[in-house]
Order: sequence, then C-alpha cells, then structure tokens
Amino acid sequence: MQLALQQFINALSLGSIYALVALGVAILFSILRLANFAHGELMTTAGFTLYMTLASGWNWVLAVIAAIAASVVAALILERVAYRRLRNAQPLTLLMTSFAVSVALQSIFLLTFGARPKGIELPAFVDASFRIGGMRVQWLDIAIILITAAIVFGLTLFLRKTVIGLALRSAADDFQTTRLMGVKANALFVGAFVLSGMLAGIAALFYFATVPNVVPSSGFEPMLKGFIACVIGGLGSLPAAIVGGFLLAFLEVGSDALLSDNFSPYLDAIVFLIAIVILRWRPGGIFGVRLTAEQRV
Amino acid sequence: MATQGAILSIAGLSVSYGTVHAVRQLDMEISEGETVVLLGANGAGKSSTLNAIVGLAPRSGGRLVFAGEDITRKPTEAIIRSGLALVPEGRRLFSNMTVRENLRLGAAALSTVEFDRERQALEDMFPITRRRAHEQAGLLSGGEQQQVAIARALLARPKLLLLDEPSLGLAPIIVNTIFEIIAELKRRKVTILLVEQNAERALSIADRAYVLAQGRLELSGAAGSINATTLEKAYLGEREHA
Ligand SMILES: Nc1ncnc2c1ncn2[C@@H]1O[C@H](COP(=O)(O)OP(=O)(O)OP(=O)(O)O)[C@@H](O)[C@H]1O
Ligand SMILES: [Mg+2]
Repeated sequence: MQLALQQFINALSLGSIYALVALGVAILFSILRLANFAHGELMTTAGFTLYMTLASGWNWVLAVIAAIAASVVAALILERVAYRRLRNAQPLTLLMTSFAVSVALQSIFLLTFGARPKGIELPAFVDASFRIGGMRVQWLDIAIILITAAIVFGLTLFLRKTVIGLALRSAADDFQTTRLMGVKANALFVGAFVLSGMLAGIAALFYFATVPNVVPSSGFEPMLKGFIACVIGGLGSLPAAIVGGFLLAFLEVGSDALLSDNFSPYLDAIVFLIAIVILRWRPGGIFGVRLTAEQRV
Repeated sequence: MATQGAILSIAGLSVSYGTVHAVRQLDMEISEGETVVLLGANGAGKSSTLNAIVGLAPRSGGRLVFAGEDITRKPTEAIIRSGLALVPEGRRLFSNMTVRENLRLGAAALSTVEFDRERQALEDMFPITRRRAHEQAGLLSGGEQQQVAIARALLARPKLLLLDEPSLGLAPIIVNTIFEIIAELKRRKVTILLVEQNAERALSIADRAYVLAQGRLELSGAAGSINATTLEKAYLGEREHA
C-alpha cells in the first residue's frame, strides 16, 4: 500500500515533466504543424545555463530565471533563423529542418562544453524530504506536481482570457481565418515559440533537478518521451498532450514496479511496445484529432 | 484612376491558382455608402475576387487602392486593420470556441473596454450573440452561425464589409432574416460588397451590380437596369454592357 502510494507520487512527478515537454511540443505542432525535434536542445540549453550560473555562484532563483530565459531566447532564435522562412514548406522539409537544427545544436554544445557530463550543483533543498507513516516523500516531487498544476492552470487562463491566447487557439483550428481577424501571423509564430521555449525551460529545471548532470545530448530522451506522449494523446491537442504525458509516466512506473528486475533494461522497449499497441487501437491517439494540411501564411 | 469618393478601387486584378485563371483583368469600384453586388455562376471567380481583396488569394496582377491607400502588397492582417472585413464563404466560425470568443477575435485590435462597448452596441441587432454568448459556435444552427459571423466582422467597424454568399445553405425563412440584416446595414450606411447566388434578391437590395463569367467582367451597371434576360446572357459569358 505504502509502496503503491510512493510509486503513485513518482508517476505523478514524472508525468508532470512529460506533460510539460509534451505541451511545448504540441503548441508548435498544433499551430505550425511543426514537429520540433530541437525541443530537446531547448531543454539542454536551459540545463547548461543552470550548470554555468550555479557553478559561478549565482543565487538559485536567478539561475532558474536565467535558465528559462535562455531557453526562450533559443526558441526565438530558432523561429527567426530556421523556421520563419519555412512557414509554407512541405511537412517533410519541416521535419528534416527540425532534425538538422537538433543535430546542429548538439554539435554546438559539444564544441562549447565537451562531451563529459557537467554536474549541476543543485541547492541542498532539492534533496529534502519528509515522512508520512513509513513513507518518505521528496519535497521536489511535490513541488514539481504543484508547479506543473499551476502552469497548466495559468496556461489555460492565458489561452481563454487573452486575445493572443484566443488567437493561438483559433490559429490551430483555422490559420487563414485567424489572419482574417487582423491577427498578425508573426505575432502568432513568436507567441507559440515563446510559450514552447518557456515550457521547455521549466521542464528542463525539473528534469535536471532529478538527473543533475548535463551532456550535449541530454535533451534527447525527454524530447522523445514528450513526442510519444503527444502521439499517444493525439497530436495537436493540448489537453491530449497532458493526458499522454501522465499516461506514459504511469506506464513506465507501473511496468517498472510490476516487472521483475530482470526486465529493467528493457523498460523503454516495453513502454514503447504498449504505446504501439495503443496506436494500433487508435491511430489518431486516444483523443484522435483531425489534421488538415492548409497554407499557414 | 480612382474617382472621388471611391472607398475601394480595383484595377486589372488577376487571380491564378497555378494554371487556373480564376479572375482575369477585373476593374471594379465601390463608393462610400454603396451596396454593390457581385454575381456569377459557380466557379465564376466571385470568392477569388473577395479573397484577393484581403490578400488571401494569390494575385497575379492588378492594383488595389482602399481608403486612399495602396494595399496591393500588404499582408492580410494589415489590410484588415486598415478597415476591411470579410465574412468568408461557409462562415468559418471557430467552431470549438464560444460565440463570445469568436466575437473577441473579430475585434483583435481593440482593447477589452472598446470591445465590450462595440459588442453591446451590436447585441441589439444580433440578439443571438447575447443569448448564446457562452455556447460553442459549432453547436449553433447555420443561420445563427451566419449572424455571429456577420457580427464578428462588424465588431471592428469596417469601412467596407465583404460578404461571401451569406445565404448559402440556409432555409428560405432564415435567408429572409439574413437579407433583413443586410438591409438594416444598408440603412446604417455600411458600405457593402455582397456576393450572392440569389441574384434576384441581391439585385433588389443593391445599388449597383457586377457580373462575372469565367473570371471576366461580363456586365456592370445600376442594379435596377439589370433584368433576367441580360443577367442570363452575362452568366453564359455573352459579353454585353448595360
Ligand atoms: N484554392 C484553389 N486552388 C485551385 N483552384 C481554385 C482554388 N479556389 C478556387 N479555385 C478555382 O478558381 C475558380 C473560381 O473559383 P471561386 O471559388 O472564386 O468561384 P465562385 O464564383 O466563388 O464560385 P461559387 O459560387 O461556387 O462559390 C474555379 O474554377 C475554382 O475551381
Ligand atoms: Mg464562392
């Protein structure tokens, strides 16, 4: 019972991270039909920023702000340099570009920081925990879960109450008609990239707080999980991305708990297999959404 | 070039989708306060003309001057912000958003205070936008959706309202409602360019008419000067000028 509760908290915390990554991926996909593989490198950018600032003695609050800011700035640079000219490109062109951008960024990290893992000097409170009954709970997990809930709430308000938020939603549904409302296409793209960058930065904070060292390829695994979460939930829908993130985490934690230790090296393979079965059953994801190819600008 | 009082003047407009020439060398002029109707058979190029005016259809030639400003090379959002509004064919409401949210987007450039003022001013003319404000737009009937779409376009107080087949697919009694709304807008001196299949009704409400056939201007003149015979000839593309 206690163990189950502990696993439940683990899964919620891991699911929060996956949900944040999946949300960041889904925002760009829903509006631009862009599968941004470089989302992982946005997270890595935040990771290296965290490493550098903490290593040079910054206050952790400032380091956190710097990490999120770095990820947002990187997202804006990607928009401007790599994707702005490709708004009406074929899906395959977009896919190849996003792949190339991801590899290019990893090379830049490699040249700048080398291949050796950089240990992030996390503040001590990250390891703090408390006990309920015989169960030990990490404050970090509680913080991740609560902050993620607050972010989802804030994002929902933003998308419902502000004009740019409404426009981001309507653009995902019908881009042309959104422009017909006088909404600037550039504002939509920049808005989407800023949101995506922010989500990548926050997800990176949580991710590197649980895995406190960063290498050039650090972002790949969480990015992959985020994409799988999106696909399981249903590509292009934000609520689906959140559900997909939690589902993936529960699959992972559940398989790990239920299977014997002999299987742990194959955990990812097992989880992906389950994901494939889900997609065989519902090819559009659990909340299968319709996708239309239409001109963006 | 542009005559005095013309709010929109179109000179030599052509629209091509690859090898399909949807509009060829169209000249057109609309004066302030006028209600102008654009007629033509299916595929004549009516929607392409409206879409080209707001920069959504690919223009392959021509010049557009709106309210004294050359808008030929402007992006859609800049054209809309300079005072044009289009109610597109098929209404194109954001179906999974509420009626109120649809209206808010129609006034994207306005502040919340301005929006609330304009919205309240419109609610008497379009009671549906008050009564069903918080329902999903996609759940409304076709006629209700059309009213929301027109209200959405009017929110920014456009200098020229483009309506693309507002009666399309609606029951006859609802069509009456829509034409009453257009008549009311005309009384309020809103400048309108109306595309319609229902030629008879459209001509009865309009000041002037243009008729397209296969992308070419076939006929133009005062609405009263166009009768069934001249119209039929024009639809078939037998050139004649009233
Ligand atoms: N996006 C597009 N791509 C290719 N061809 C198009 C496109 N839109 C319209 N056309 C073609 O351009 C021509 C004019 O179409 P348009 O929609 O402007 O006509 P319309 O007068 O509005 O017709 P309807 O009364 O059916 O709405 C048609 O031959 C149509 O097939
Ligand atoms: Mg049409």
